[in-house]
Amino acid sequence: MKGGWLRIYAIGYLVFLYLPVVLLPMFAFNEGTVIAFPLKGFTTEWFVQLAGIEALHGALLNSVFIALVTASLSVIFGICAARASTRFRFPFKGPIMGAIMVPLVLPEIIVAVSLLVVVVQVLDLPLSAWTVIAGHTLICTPFAIAILSSAFQGLDQSLEEAAVDLGETRWGAFKNIILPLVSPGIVASFLICFTISLDEFIIAFFLTGAEPTLPVYIWSQLRFPTKIPAVMALGTLMLVASLIILSVAEYYRRRGVERVGGKDSGGFL
Amino acid sequence: MSIISLKAIEKYYGDYHALKGIDCEIAEGEFFSLLGPSGCGKTTLLRVIAGFEDVSSGTVVIGGQNMAGVPANKRPTNMVFQSYAIFPHLSVAENVGYGLRRARLPRAELAEKVNGALKMVGLEGFGGRASHALSGGQRQRVALARALILEPKVLLLDEPLSALDKKMREQMQTELRRLQRQVGITFILVTHDQEEALIMSDRIAVMFEGEIAQLAAPQELYRRPLTRRVGEFIGVMNFLDARQVDTGISQVRFDVDGLGEVEIKPEQLPKGARSFYSVVGLRPEALSIVYDGSPKSAVPGKVVDLSYYGDMTYYEVQLEGTSSPVTISMKNLTSRPVLERGAETQVTWDAGSLVVFAS
Ligand SMILES: Nc1ncnc2c1ncn2[C@@H]1O[C@H](COP(=O)(O)OP(=O)(O)OP(=O)(O)O)[C@@H](O)[C@H]1O
Ligand SMILES: [Mg+2]
Repeated sequence: MKGGWLRIYAIGYLVFLYLPVVLLPMFAFNEGTVIAFPLKGFTTEWFVQLAGIEALHGALLNSVFIALVTASLSVIFGICAARASTRFRFPFKGPIMGAIMVPLVLPEIIVAVSLLVVVVQVLDLPLSAWTVIAGHTLICTPFAIAILSSAFQGLDQSLEEAAVDLGETRWGAFKNIILPLVSPGIVASFLICFTISLDEFIIAFFLTGAEPTLPVYIWSQLRFPTKIPAVMALGTLMLVASLIILSVAEYYRRRGVERVGGKDSGGFL
Repeated sequence: MSIISLKAIEKYYGDYHALKGIDCEIAEGEFFSLLGPSGCGKTTLLRVIAGFEDVSSGTVVIGGQNMAGVPANKRPTNMVFQSYAIFPHLSVAENVGYGLRRARLPRAELAEKVNGALKMVGLEGFGGRASHALSGGQRQRVALARALILEPKVLLLDEPLSALDKKMREQMQTELRRLQRQVGITFILVTHDQEEALIMSDRIAVMFEGEIAQLAAPQELYRRPLTRRVGEFIGVMNFLDARQVDTGISQVRFDVDGLGEVEIKPEQLPKGARSFYSVVGLRPEALSIVYDGSPKSAVPGKVVDLSYYGDMTYYEVQLEGTSSPVTISMKNLTSRPVLERGAETQVTWDAGSLVVFAS
């Protein structure tokens, strides 16, 4: 009955993973102010309430701004590092690449505290969205490098040389040949960095200035039980938004793979 | 008039000496091959000409112009890569027209040139195809069209046929040769296949370990290899130990193991100093099995093995006084029955086809 146990395990795993996610929209449309069964009636009141909270809108905008800048910076750094590591040989390449990847496994609390010390004590700068961006870029760049390295690795090196041979400059060959071919990797790493930054809490909590990010704002609201249904509604909206983003990303990734005639392997959906 | 002249090219990769003093002139309109075993530096030399590798010392002159400091995109050469390097995200027509993008031609003129190039390589009407949906042979043709459309002074080909199956390869060999005659551009072909080099080239440079061992036309290379190693690399060659007996005015006499005394003309001797002990090289077709008549020089031998090819039979024949058997090729005629393994026979040779190597 080995298969039977495996099946039970798989079902249990999926329930554990998705039940909370399913509960989120359930309570978002529940009329009661307390998060408990049985459900009362259907309402969209919490969503209406959301629309009226100014502070929330500020936090959301703040988070989206931070996530966009973080994702852009991480992808740019990622492209540079991935290209350097796959295309060139240089001394101490191993240790250097290792050092760049370390934030991947470093506890975020350590990154957060040390950045706080550096920013406040050493550099004497005010905390702002930019300090959060610095922290987020630090932890997102390794993800971008990991994804982009595999994209660059899969490229035939002579493609670039062929373009140069046909009269293109080094930069032109990179822009017209290499970038289009790694664009699925760029889109994927951008979205992953965007999501990581959007829901990152610890670094944002330590480094944020007067304007909190969305996770920090939500955390501050959890102290007030009456606000919880609104938080549920907010969570539902974010769930829908991330599903849409993911589908769009997957669509572009598949199209990219198809265009170059590759075999589709991996991907999110 | 030479289109390319290489003078004392040295190339080091760190401590590794990849090219050791390459000197060579390549004539305009020539089909030139670089032939050698894996790792001998053929690709490196081709990349030096294309401008993808810097030389450690020495000069590359193309079309009368010193190429020092001239990057690959400014050189009058184009390359067909071993992997073809077709841009997978562009269509066939976009691939072929890629090099003309900077010229900013009117659309109609560009399309005309692209069609012309595709027609030249036998891919008329393929322009709209996605380039990843092509067969190996078609990719090869696209790569050729893409390079030739720029009308380079020199076309460089790095083992362009090695990824094709045997049938396709043979077809492309003749086609490449025809194309080269048609466009009149100098082709430099890198290959490790000696047969391919012999079939296609006007001249061949045989390379071993970063040096040119011999540079000659195919016939000369086959008939008069300069060293034993070249002889062995090009086709099949039998080697027999020999001792010089005496020197006349127009000939030298050698005592060859297995054959006895043989008269050798001066042009068959190695250039420069030669020693008393030598090695004599013989192609399989320079030896023959005696079927009728009794030639004045014939020695007994025993067939130890044979391979039957339909048109030809290759015999392994053990001669008296030699350690290993020699290979003899015979055309199969009805009047010449194929010998059995173990048969005793007479072997004769064509003295003019012998090559003497300094041992
Ligand atoms: N970038 C490099 N760095 C270090 N060594 C290299 C580099 N490129 C080539 N070599 C070395 O130089 C030698 C010649 O290489 P090359 O590629 O020219 O050989 P080749 O004759 O083309 O062989 P093949 O038939 O296998 O393609 C090889 O021993 C190779 O290991
Ligand atoms: Mg090579």
